[in-house]
Amino acid sequence: MWREPLGMTKTRALNRRDFLKTAATGLVVGFCIPVAMRRGMAQEAAKAPPVSPNAFVRIAPDNTVTILLKHSEMGQGIWTSMPMVLADELDCDWANVRAEHAPAAPAYAHTVFGIQMTGGSTSTWESFEQLRKAGATARVLLIQAAAQKWKKQMSECHTEKGYVISGSNRASYGDLAQDAALLLPPNDVKLKDAQDYTIIGKPTKRLDSKAKVNGSAEFGIDVKRPNMVVATVARPPVFGAKVKSFDATKAKAIPGVVDVVQIPSGVAVLGKHFWAAKQGRDALVVEWDNGAGTAISTDSLRADYRKLAQTQGAVAKSAGDIDAAFKNAHVIEAEYEVPFLAHAPMEPLNCTVEIGKDGCDIYVGTQFQTMDQTLSAKILGLKPEQVRIHTTFLGGGFGRRANPASDFVTEAVEVAKASGKTVKVVWTREDDIRGGYYRPMWLSRLRASLGKDGKPTAWSHTIVGQSIIAGSPFAAAMIKNGVDETSVEGAFDAPYLAAIPAHRVDLHSPTSPVTVLWWRSVGHSNTGFVVESFIDELAHAAKKDPVEYRRELLPPNSRERRALDLAVEKFEWGKPLPKGHAAGVAVHQSFGSYAAQVAEVSVRDSTIKVHRVVCAIDCGPVVNPLMVEAQMQSGIVFGLSAALHSELTLKDGRIQQSNFHNYPVLRSNEMPLVEVHIVPSTDKMGGCGEPGTPPTAPAVANAVFAATGKRLRQLPLRLA
Amino acid sequence: MKLTINGQSHDVDVPDDMPLLWVIRDVVGLTGTKFGCGMAQCGACTVHVDGAPLRSCITPASAVAGKKITTIEGLSADTSHAVQRAWIDVDVVQCGYCQSGQIMAAAALLAVTPKPTDADIDAAMSGNICRCGTYQRIRTAVHRASELMQEAGHVA
Repeated sequence: MWREPLGMTKTRALNRRDFLKTAATGLVVGFCIPVAMRRGMAQEAAKAPPVSPNAFVRIAPDNTVTILLKHSEMGQGIWTSMPMVLADELDCDWANVRAEHAPAAPAYAHTVFGIQMTGGSTSTWESFEQLRKAGATARVLLIQAAAQKWKKQMSECHTEKGYVISGSNRASYGDLAQDAALLLPPNDVKLKDAQDYTIIGKPTKRLDSKAKVNGSAEFGIDVKRPNMVVATVARPPVFGAKVKSFDATKAKAIPGVVDVVQIPSGVAVLGKHFWAAKQGRDALVVEWDNGAGTAISTDSLRADYRKLAQTQGAVAKSAGDIDAAFKNAHVIEAEYEVPFLAHAPMEPLNCTVEIGKDGCDIYVGTQFQTMDQTLSAKILGLKPEQVRIHTTFLGGGFGRRANPASDFVTEAVEVAKASGKTVKVVWTREDDIRGGYYRPMWLSRLRASLGKDGKPTAWSHTIVGQSIIAGSPFAAAMIKNGVDETSVEGAFDAPYLAAIPAHRVDLHSPTSPVTVLWWRSVGHSNTGFVVESFIDELAHAAKKDPVEYRRELLPPNSRERRALDLAVEKFEWGKPLPKGHAAGVAVHQSFGSYAAQVAEVSVRDSTIKVHRVVCAIDCGPVVNPLMVEAQMQSGIVFGLSAALHSELTLKDGRIQQSNFHNYPVLRSNEMPLVEVHIVPSTDKMGGCGEPGTPPTAPAVANAVFAATGKRLRQLPLRLA
Repeated sequence: MKLTINGQSHDVDVPDDMPLLWVIRDVVGLTGTKFGCGMAQCGACTVHVDGAPLRSCITPASAVAGKKITTIEGLSADTSHAVQRAWIDVDVVQCGYCQSGQIMAAAALLAVTPKPTDADIDAAMSGNICRCGTYQRIRTAVHRASELMQEAGHVA
């Protein structure tokens, strides 16, 4: 169950007496350091992102240590990794550590992006120091409380697994927590050296396993509130369409349907349970004004994109004189294409909204608390802090639950507002597949010429695809000189460019009514495939081994090179494979981490079978090796779904796919053996949620080329 | 109609054609069984009916009235079923949403095939989609569960 913790917002409103009183009732806390009360802190806090240890840890009298997570657990394992980071400095007993999602509050803002969010494979590195400081500060205060109690110097006390000890004195953190809560936190704390870590870096099993294997874990779709009804929404069948009129007579005749209301995104049918709402929606008659959206099809988009790719777009990166370099040279040219993709998290989108007298409670599995809160408050005419976001477990996110437009949250707010009811809006799988906010369709035109040594002397990469960032609140910061960085990431910073005297990466960002969004690895889901496939083409043209060719081009001490070398070594590249099998390689940096993969495939009757993927990952210092391994496996499966199966197509403005039967994803019988090897690294910490995905499709495509001699330049890969 | 879920009898007033999934989730209130696709494509809604795995999202509740229905909540009282223990041992879960269905499918497989091969596992589990891609650890965990069951001697 969710209870409001004594986070930043609430703590500020409490004086110390109230704070103690609350603690004494045992309702909330034994321990929350009211940092905002620290002298002079208020002004500081206003300037800098809040670093308030109190917001992150709570110690109960029974010694239970609860870590409040500012991030959302969506499978990536922050429920375990973040507590590991804090607990290491706190020096508590890991067996007593619990986790829970924090509410939406300024204290939980991302240290770089300034809003509360989970995404961009940033959680671990962006909060690593923040959480260590929170743990270390709490530990110092517990020691101080013990020292005062025993009339000792702090230097005479030490901690051990949740106890402060001094000579024969010994007190548990739980016993000391209330006294410690009254002390002023130190301005600075010393953090451990890496060699002294006791938890960080150790393979540690998940804290959320038990709840997730016995059915008790609460996802958004499981939320129950008093007098709650369930709604489904009839949304436009064509992108950009609007409701012209609707007839609810038949819908209202369905047993269990309680209301039908129009909202900006369509018409909502409310029922006693999902089935009534769904049956009601099936019976609802809506006439749509489809507008211009019906003119769009995948074929027409492809034709438009091809035309654009023949012209130069906004330049993201340029060096040398590319036109001069191509003049009189033998130019290798290729066109690559990737389709629109739905994220298709296993938990269909949903959101529960309860509007009360003093504000609004929203129960939702979201990656974007601040945006949800702000936009919902606007609809309701409330202050953001009057909208209380209760984050549940997310049944997958992959970017879909981080929408700057907060579509699935604001829509539920509109339904609650229009109906006056506490409502849970539930999407069907068809709603999810056809509901937009897709990974953009992208088309790339590449050209290169090679020198006598086979190395590229010129490289031109033109990318065409809708901008994810345009029109969002991030546009000002993330679109520069007409270039949305997320469209060109992985291309303009490709590690090969430094060694190519003349190169240019440019971008066209056409618009369409189809809504687009970041999908696990964002632009890298395209550029990883394109760049690593085209390099393979050049290796072939230069008559070189694909691994040797990359080694010649990559800086010798680069992290790409180290990841590549490890993957190749573990795969035993060059060793004969079973008859009919072939190998392909790819290496790609994304989100600050460097992943190399070697895929082993065979082809039979035009069907591609992936037998094995060997992955090497350099993500810098590792918090939990078990989680890094899991995220690589996960990213590879996501990449395989895109490489082998998934594709959305448009005809007359309508998405032609609807559910897993015609939008297939990888299944267990197709699961290759995945081996994950972590590059020992003290370099800058990167992310893990996404970097496993980009190298997968190109490694497989390159292996298919090695097996068949056919170069596949379109995803999903199809031989027939 | 009367439904027996996890050994308990429930008298529910629902249309005959209402899928068992929604009766379990929205009427009886057991939310461990999940909605993923609504057309027997993903396996998130898997429950046992008289011990056999069944997709509750396309099964009319009336079709299973009087039969013994088991959901993830009824697999064990204390998360002690060999499959659940193996899942924890092997650190299988990620987002966790599909895992109720995965576990019910695995438990049904092991009940009839106590020592499954990888091929047996693939055949029994390929109807259960996991977008987080936990398939490899699932395979390991099914073997682990098989071992746990042998050790406990309750091969059933």
